[in-house]
Amino acid sequence: MLIEIRKEAFNAYAEMQYYLDELDIDGQYGATASFVGTMRDFNEDKNITSLTLEYYPGMTEKHLETIVNGAIEKWNLLDVLILHRVGKIKIAEDIVLVATWSAHRKDAFESCRVIMEQLKSGAPFWKKEETTTGVKWVEKNTPGF
Amino acid sequence: MQVSVKYFASLRELMGEASSVIDIEENISVSELWQSILESKKVVFDNVMMAVNMEYVKSEHQLKSGDEVAFFPPVTGG
Repeated sequence: MLIEIRKEAFNAYAEMQYYLDELDIDGQYGATASFVGTMRDFNEDKNITSLTLEYYPGMTEKHLETIVNGAIEKWNLLDVLILHRVGKIKIAEDIVLVATWSAHRKDAFESCRVIMEQLKSGAPFWKKEETTTGVKWVEKNTPGF
Repeated sequence: MQVSVKYFASLRELMGEASSVIDIEENISVSELWQSILESKKVVFDNVMMAVNMEYVKSEHQLKSGDEVAFFPPVTGG
């Protein structure tokens, strides 16, 4: 399991491959599920130019660990990877990666979805949008279900 | 007794500070502390989320000396 807060831009797909290369689960995993959240240039009809993501050092990591431990108890998972950006983020940069590995697809699919939704509703991150007309804190996330 | 208080995101901007150390009486809850902060700062803020020692707590959670209390708006990560 790896949970990391990143201050620098990352390529979620490359990171997933680097992580998998280091794991010793060849022959055991038959399913990989992943979610990648990427920076858009619009939200609520506004032209967004960049985004700044703030977090609560210590609590954010701790909360993500609690979410992952809950998933490990509920599903048969071989491994979990979470990467999340903070700081200033440009259009098309990846913001979040959640990846899960399991023997069969049910565990990987379901856990990836639930981890992502729990991250959205509880992990202490806050987005501030810089738009062509000003700066604004995002007040709530869109529903995932 | 004393607790340290942290604010994040829009709430930090509203409060004009990221953190402070506050003297409180014994046996007060996190929501009672929040109400006293709102009154002393003369601000209004709905939908606050509360954590003590980096874990979410209910509003009636009783504070202890040295606790790290955090107040912040609804989270918007991902």
